[in-house]
Amino acid sequence: MSVFRKAKRLPLHVVVIALALIWLAPSLGLLVSSFRPRQDLLSSGWWTAVITPSQWSRFTTANYRDVLTQQGMGRAFLNSFLITVPTTLITLTIAALAAYALAWMEFRGRQLLLMTVIGLIVIPLQMTLIPVLRMFNSLRLSGTFPGIWLAHAGYGLPLIIYLLRNFFGALPRELFESAFIDGATPFRAFVKLVLPLSVPVLASAAIFQFLWVWNDLLVALVYLGGFEEVAPLTLKLSLLVGSRGQDWHLLTAAAFVSMIVPMVVFFSLQRYFVRGILAGAIKG
Amino acid sequence: MNKGRTHWFYLAPALLLLGVFLVYPSAETIRLSFYGPRSETFVGVQNYVRAFTSRPMLIAFRNNLLWLGVFTLFTVGMGLVLAVLLDRVRYEAVIKSVIFLPMAISYVAAGVIWRFVYAFRPAVAPQIGLLNAIVVGLGGQPVGWLIQRPWVNNIALIVVGVWVWTGFCMVIISAAYKGIPKEMQEAARIDGANEWQVFRHVTIPFLKSTLAVVTTTMIVFVLKVFDIVYMMTNGAYDTDVIANRMYNEMFQFNNYGMASAIAVILFLAIVPFLLINVRRFRAQEAVR
Repeated sequence: MSVFRKAKRLPLHVVVIALALIWLAPSLGLLVSSFRPRQDLLSSGWWTAVITPSQWSRFTTANYRDVLTQQGMGRAFLNSFLITVPTTLITLTIAALAAYALAWMEFRGRQLLLMTVIGLIVIPLQMTLIPVLRMFNSLRLSGTFPGIWLAHAGYGLPLIIYLLRNFFGALPRELFESAFIDGATPFRAFVKLVLPLSVPVLASAAIFQFLWVWNDLLVALVYLGGFEEVAPLTLKLSLLVGSRGQDWHLLTAAAFVSMIVPMVVFFSLQRYFVRGILAGAIKG
Repeated sequence: MNKGRTHWFYLAPALLLLGVFLVYPSAETIRLSFYGPRSETFVGVQNYVRAFTSRPMLIAFRNNLLWLGVFTLFTVGMGLVLAVLLDRVRYEAVIKSVIFLPMAISYVAAGVIWRFVYAFRPAVAPQIGLLNAIVVGLGGQPVGWLIQRPWVNNIALIVVGVWVWTGFCMVIISAAYKGIPKEMQEAARIDGANEWQVFRHVTIPFLKSTLAVVTTTMIVFVLKVFDIVYMMTNGAYDTDVIANRMYNEMFQFNNYGMASAIAVILFLAIVPFLLINVRRFRAQEAVR
């Protein structure tokens, strides 16, 4: 490329890089601030710590130690896993079984059932909160892990059944015919054929459900609110904002703790992640 | 391949959960919306009348409309601009990751990130919030971004939403943009069209259906927007939105009738847009 053409493209590069920096700056501010001592954080902006090499030796992990041990974010981190992992496994197992029946079993009312499941995608969470909360209160499921596992599974099912059914339905028919000629039962065909062939869509659906639940605030707030010992990271962080709203050294570290797992998932599984997010956008 | 009733073995767990957590509660919420705060007395449409006339709800409706216009315009607009510009640089993937990253984190974390950006201190103290540091650096007075009503604080909240969702719009639009046959654009250029004309008369018509899908998705998000507002202002200083009103009627005022009516209104507002999206999604699946 000639120098002239390069110069002509300069505004393009400037605009693109400026936009990227604008997008990055808020998160960068959070990350840098989470490593600064309280008094530094309150006496100068985080950008001064970046551009002043003499301040670099003052960076500390004390804020993280504090939020993880004193402020309960360590416990909340564990709770987030205890909520998210079982929920994802329960949702995917139940959805895969149902999607298999809806894709490959002949029975009356199958089409109607499928349309009903798809129709349920449009129901916003808000439509269900009050009756489910009342039910949970009378069954003593409020503030328990099994309660929130089942609630999240119920909310995630319509979309995930739909995604899996589309994929299962597109598998070639001959595959099943030859399996059944060899004497396989439907369940054996499901475990030995359908699941191994569906790893990509299962991965996307799992990542979608995992992140949805990990990042959820509303469901945790309603069904686990008031029970701090089972609060996940999002709920704990929102409580910290309420009680320690000006203690930025704690809030920045706590927020970053809540972001670590989603960011690891994002960078390591980007392809499935994007697919999962795109599919999830139609969830009500 | 299956005889008898074995299919129910596969379907039963899903149907049970769907019934318990979606079908029954939705029907019950519709019923409760016609009852009083404690669900004991039938009040007819009184909750709905109040929902459409009380000042806090009218402010919430106004704010959701503001979100609808500004948020949708900026997410879809920026997504389109980024998709077109990034196609022309070699480091496209890196920039895309940066813009898409906020989609991965929770709104609670995004709320903390932006509360820090908007941090406000009196003019005598050093500004630790990025935005006020810039304002003061340019010789201005620090601004209470989340306090100053009615436009500054609402726009400040919408900016957080735009920061999160632009990456989503960009990724979807970009995928469609790369599907446009390059010969089409080249042919237009050879015929003497400038870049703007190519964009306006070749690119946009090709992207129409994609832009429609993205726009309806943004509208559905806007109608349900909750976490950002709950985290940053909890509706104070006239920043409330419908979903946060519902939550507060439920937990702050224990008015289950009113909260249910708001939920039903939210549901009715969302349904048309989600139906459009689900239908488009099915059409796409059919093509594949």
